[in-house]
Amino acid sequence: MARRPTTHDPFNAVAEPKRRMILEVMGSTERSVNELVVLLDWPQPMVSKHLGVLKKVELVKEHRQGRQRLYRVNMEKLKPIHEWVTPFEKYWSESYERLDEVLEILKKKEK
Amino acid sequence: MASKKNPTTFSVEPGKQELFITREFDAPRELVFKAFTDPDLYVQWLGPHGFTTTLEMFEPVSGGRWRFVQRDPDGNEYGSHGVNHEVLAPERIICTFEFEGLPDSGHVVLETNRFEELPGGRTRIVSQSVYQSIADRDGMVEAGMESGTTDSYERLDEILEKLLVK
Repeated sequence: MARRPTTHDPFNAVAEPKRRMILEVMGSTERSVNELVVLLDWPQPMVSKHLGVLKKVELVKEHRQGRQRLYRVNMEKLKPIHEWVTPFEKYWSESYERLDEVLEILKKKEK
Repeated sequence: MASKKNPTTFSVEPGKQELFITREFDAPRELVFKAFTDPDLYVQWLGPHGFTTTLEMFEPVSGGRWRFVQRDPDGNEYGSHGVNHEVLAPERIICTFEFEGLPDSGHVVLETNRFEELPGGRTRIVSQSVYQSIADRDGMVEAGMESGTTDSYERLDEILEKLLVK
């Protein structure tokens, strides 16, 4: 079965564990490729390859500072992924949110 | 006023047949337990936003059977059924669960919901699901994912949580 290319959208891009690790070590800090190489302890070409995919789907933004290129997580692109997560997690998170509402009403009635 | 949202925690360790869902509620245990065993209350919260649940059978006692049909916002219907192995108020509910939308039957999950009393009139539910195989569990967790990766998405969730808080 033909797979959609990983560069197609952010959802596929984060399906790869290595790319999730890049996002994790980046956190909310701007990082250079060299810093990522040190933090991840991966060969530089591997970091650059995965960073390239993340950049292409705009999960990571590039910013030039003098001779250096710095990268940071693009929150706007990440948000839909966070909201989507997986149907399974959505199912239980939302069920329990609704249960909160039911319990609030019940608590008032019992008073 | 809606209280601050309590997080739902998923623990899905790679290579295991089980998973845990943990959640705290700002309500006493008896009430939370009631919301699981009173049919009128149960249908009000089970399922994500936009879903409706119809109970075809609901016997919240040890040895009782249950079956419900859920309808998603697009009108698709999914049935599930099982047996209540033990319903011990207000401490725990142990039941089997089978989703009827799979290509073949016989994929049964053993679910244990423990209702723990917390200080200040609060409750924690720890829900354990044990699947017949790792593939069954991962298939359920990753339903809808196109990728073939079987590692846990719990980490991704944590990462995003951390990032979005900042």
